[in-house]
Amino acid sequence: MTAALDIKDLRKTYANGFEALKGISLSVQQGDFYALLGANGAGKSTTIGIVSSLVNKTSGTIHIFGYDLDTQREQAKAQIGLVPQEFNFNVFEPVGEIIVNQGGYYGMPREVALERAEILLKQLGLWEKRKSQARDLSGGMKRRLMIARALVHQPRLLILDEPTAGVDIEIRRSMWDFLSQLNRAGTTIILTTHYLEEAESLCRNIGIIDQGQLIENTSMKALLGRLDTEHYVFDLERAWEQNELLPNEHCDFSLRDPTTLDVSFHKKEFTLNQVFSYLNQNKIEISSMRNRTNRLEQLFIDLVEANKA
Amino acid sequence: MNVEQKWTAYYTILIREVLRFGRIWIQTILPPVITTALYFIIFGNLIGPAIGEMDGYTYMDFIVPGLIMMAVITNSYANVVSSFYGSKFQGNIDEMLVSPVPNWIILAGFVSGGVARGMAVGVAVTLVSLFFSDLHITNFLVTFTVALLTSILFALAGLINGVYARSFDDISIVPTFVLTPLTYLGGVFYSINMLPDFWQNVSLLNPVLYMVNGFRYGILGIADIHIGVSYCIILMFISLLVSFSMYLLNKGIGIRS
Repeated sequence: MTAALDIKDLRKTYANGFEALKGISLSVQQGDFYALLGANGAGKSTTIGIVSSLVNKTSGTIHIFGYDLDTQREQAKAQIGLVPQEFNFNVFEPVGEIIVNQGGYYGMPREVALERAEILLKQLGLWEKRKSQARDLSGGMKRRLMIARALVHQPRLLILDEPTAGVDIEIRRSMWDFLSQLNRAGTTIILTTHYLEEAESLCRNIGIIDQGQLIENTSMKALLGRLDTEHYVFDLERAWEQNELLPNEHCDFSLRDPTTLDVSFHKKEFTLNQVFSYLNQNKIEISSMRNRTNRLEQLFIDLVEANKA
Repeated sequence: MNVEQKWTAYYTILIREVLRFGRIWIQTILPPVITTALYFIIFGNLIGPAIGEMDGYTYMDFIVPGLIMMAVITNSYANVVSSFYGSKFQGNIDEMLVSPVPNWIILAGFVSGGVARGMAVGVAVTLVSLFFSDLHITNFLVTFTVALLTSILFALAGLINGVYARSFDDISIVPTFVLTPLTYLGGVFYSINMLPDFWQNVSLLNPVLYMVNGFRYGILGIADIHIGVSYCIILMFISLLVSFSMYLLNKGIGIRS
């Protein structure tokens, strides 16, 4: 099957001499939900900018559903919907007009664009605001407006550059649900985000860019499988008493406060079940537990540090 | 994109532009009408009788074509430069750049928006001039085509200014320091036959002179420049500016990193 996005040896050097991309090659399959991660300035937005024709590349090739972005530009661009990082609509235009105009730029007849706009604005909870000027929307509404605008022409590949930055948790969760549904319906999605929990829960495959190079490109499962140490925080039913717990050679226990216990263990040597059994044997009752850090976050930091070294 | 889709894209940009200046008509349509009415009152009614006739017409009748053309020029230019730079400033130019719409349609859409405002203001100023002058159009076709082509030319110039502009100062520098002097010295208020030979020859280097005279020929049937020369100069400048604008858009200068 033709890849949704196929990038080969993509390079970008800005006019000031800064080498933003140093030969990135990656392929995103049709139907994938792909996370593109990297620190600020790593080259994610430059890559997305080049794919969506907002940044001129220095060299390399890009194919979108088999269409060459250099020689079959119109066909290639018609496949993409972009949700950029920054708000980039005319704040004085009414919400509905922004969506319908975007459809017009893709050659959609006005009546078709109006129908699509109605569907999307209703799905994203903006229908009541269709006649309001975009500047009157809240931050979360503006983010959803950009998603609606990117989807009006029913793109096969949706690129989202930090779509949930600055939105509250409730709206973020509803956006996750919306994007998951969209992906299940067949739209290929590429997501960049600084919320690694977001990438972990939504994406199947992942690429990590650091200093203009793709340092990792694999499945989320395979990447998380590399994490050999698990860190948990247990909330205890009653306050800890000194020496209550016998030392364990496979598992580290440390007390954060009298009712909060940090637990770390190597996955190959110990399991979570064994931790529970061990605590149970020692009559330590647990009221709740959570990961100490996001697993992907730990891996991300490890990989970037290793690349620097 | 097929022809129908391209037409839809063009029409979308044009309508968006017309709605944009229509929404803010108090800033876009009304001021030039009031300014030109003041010109008619001061130069035509108050100072005009003291000047007497010019090329066989009252001074008021003589300046009417130039003032209409001045309004067309400044508004065609102002619409595109402000809209294009505004789109860059807010980032919504990206809406078009990510879409499959070809650059020549983006150019045509913005220029048509500028022409729509330039011609709308031109018609409004013409209607105001009827209160001050007994206006008779000698050759409607010449009047209309010269106004239309001039509007296209300055809309193109506005787009080029918009491409290069990096701040709001940059979109006012050219109109203030280039466009206004060229227009005022382009024969709006006088015939170049009144000037000494040297200054007549210098005036011939001013492209606005050919447009004002072409338009005056269409309305009054008189001009300092042959109408054929006016058309040639306007068309030559349009060709140059279209080529340069397309070069800028294709290269992404000022709009792509």
